[in-house]
Amino acid sequence: MNRILEEKIVKVFLFITAITAVFSVLLIGVFVFMEGMPIFLKYGITDVLFGPVWNPSSGVYGIWPMIVGTIYVTLIAILIGAPMGLGVAVYLVEIANKRIAKLIVPAVELLAGIPSVVYGLFGMFAVRSIIAELERGPLADYLPSNYQTGYSVLTAGIILAIMILPTIINISLDALKAVPREYKEGSLALGVSHWQTIYKVLVPAAKSGIITAIILGVGRALGETMAVIMVIGNTPLVPVLDWTGLFAPARSLTANIALEMGYAGPEHQQALFATGIVLFVFIIVLNSLTTLLVRRKGRK
Amino acid sequence: MAITEVKQTSPSQAAASSAGQQFQIEAKTLDLFYGDFQALHGINLDISQKQITALIGPSGCGKSTFLRTLNRMNDLVKGVSIKGEVRIGGENIYDKNVNVVELRKKVGMVFQKPNPFPMSIFDNIAYGPRAHGIKKKSQLTEIVERSLRQAALWEEVKDRLHSSALGLSGGQQQRLCIARVLAVEPEIVLMDEPTSALDPLATLKVEELVNELKQSYTIVIVTHNMQQAARISDITSFFLNGKIVETDVTSKIFTNPTHKQTEDYITGKFG
Repeated sequence: MNRILEEKIVKVFLFITAITAVFSVLLIGVFVFMEGMPIFLKYGITDVLFGPVWNPSSGVYGIWPMIVGTIYVTLIAILIGAPMGLGVAVYLVEIANKRIAKLIVPAVELLAGIPSVVYGLFGMFAVRSIIAELERGPLADYLPSNYQTGYSVLTAGIILAIMILPTIINISLDALKAVPREYKEGSLALGVSHWQTIYKVLVPAAKSGIITAIILGVGRALGETMAVIMVIGNTPLVPVLDWTGLFAPARSLTANIALEMGYAGPEHQQALFATGIVLFVFIIVLNSLTTLLVRRKGRK
Repeated sequence: MAITEVKQTSPSQAAASSAGQQFQIEAKTLDLFYGDFQALHGINLDISQKQITALIGPSGCGKSTFLRTLNRMNDLVKGVSIKGEVRIGGENIYDKNVNVVELRKKVGMVFQKPNPFPMSIFDNIAYGPRAHGIKKKSQLTEIVERSLRQAALWEEVKDRLHSSALGLSGGQQQRLCIARVLAVEPEIVLMDEPTSALDPLATLKVEELVNELKQSYTIVIVTHNMQQAARISDITSFFLNGKIVETDVTSKIFTNPTHKQTEDYITGKFG
C-alpha cells in the first residue's frame, strides 16, 4: 500500500468531514432565508417584524409578539441565572472545600444533561402552580382577570434560568480559575478581606470570560423550545411591559415554529420560516459578539 | 573571653538594644508542617524595628515559608499547621482572636514576581486605601502621589497614572507593587525575593529603594542573592533545612561566620 496515497486519502476524508459543518450551516441558512423571505417581500419587512398581530388564518403575520416574548423571557432568565451561576462559580473556586465541591460539580453536570422536556414538566407542575397561586391569591387584585393559570413569562424565565445555569457556571468557573493566583495573594497581603478581593479583583479579572458565559447562556435561552412551550402559555400577544407583564402568557419565536408547523398551509409555512430567520439573526449576532470578545481577550 | 561574651548575646539583640528599641517581631520555637512534612523546625528569630533583616539560604530551606508565617499568608495553603508563636508588637499573631485582615494591613508583602492588578496605575495604588474605606478623591490622589514618590516611581509615571499598570516594565511594576504596599501604611514590609525576576539595573533601583524605606519601615527580605543581602541588610539570618543556622550582624556573617555551614554556603560550596 502506498503510504503517501494513504496519507492523502485520510487528509481528503478529514477535510470533507470538516467542510460538512460549514456546508450544513450555509445550507440551513440559505434554506431558511429562501423559504422565509417571500413573506417579508409580500407584506413588507417592518409589517412582519413589528406587526403586533399574529393571525395566520386571516393572513396576518406579525412576528412582534414573539420577538418581545423571546427577549422578555431571555432577559428574566439572565437576570436570575447569571448572578446565581456566577455565585456558584465563585463559591466553587474560592470558598467550597473539596467535599462540598465534589457534591456540587456533578450536580451541575447532571443539570446540563436533563432533557428539556423534563425541565418543562418540572416547570409545568412545580413552578407554574406556585405562580398560579400568586396570580389567584395576593396578586389577584393587580392582575388582569384572565391571568389565572400560572403559564407566564415569569414561569418560563425561571425554568430557563435553571437550564442556563450549567453553561454560566462552567464557563465562568474556567474564567475564574484562570485568574493568576498572584492577584489574590497581592490583594490579601494588603489587608483586603477575602470578599473584597473576590469582587474587586478576581471577578473583574475574569470579566471577559464571565461575559462570554452570559452570552452563551443567552444563546441557550433563545434557542430553547420544548421547555418554553410547556410553561409560557403560548398566547401570541405582546406582553405588557410593566411588572404585570411578568404574569402574562406569551409566546417565543421557537415555540411559534414548533407549535404551528404541523398544520401550516404554504403561506403560513413561509411566515414560520420568517420567524426562523429572526431567530437565526439573533443567534448570529450573539455568536459574533462572543467571537469579538474572545478575540479582544486574545489581543490583550 | 571577651569574644565569647559577644557571641552569647544574640547580635540582633545587641543591635536592637544599642538603638534603644524593642523587638518588633519575635518568632519563638516555631514549627510549621505541610501535612506530614515539617518545613520549619523550632525557629527562633527576633527582628528589630527599622532595620533590614535578610533571610538567606539554599532553595527549599524554609526562608520563604518563614517569611509567609509573618503575615499568615501560609493560611492560604491547604494542610498547613503551625506550632509555637510569632509575636508582632508583643501580640501572638496566631492567637485565635487575631484579625488576619488587620494583621496584613500592618504587615505588607512584596512578592517574587511583580503582581500589579490589571487596572490603572492609580487604581492599583488606591486599591488598598479604597478597600479600607477611604473614598475621598482628593485624599486618594494624595496617597497615590505620596506612595509613588516613596517608591521612587512618581517621576516615571506621573503623566500616565490612568493607563494600565501592566504596560510598565518589570522593574517599574515591582516598584509599583512596593508603592501599593506603602499606600496602606504598614509598619513592616516583607519582601520575598523581590528582585529575582528583574534585570540588574532594575534590581539596583529596588535595592536603593529598600535602603530608603528602612528609615520608616521594618523590612524582612528573603533573597537568593548573597551580594544583595550583604549590600542592603543590617542583620542576616542563614536558613538550612528548615532551621536557622546562624543569625548575626550582616558584616560578620559575610566576613567571619560562626558556623562552618554558613561559611560553606556564602563561599559557594553548596546552594
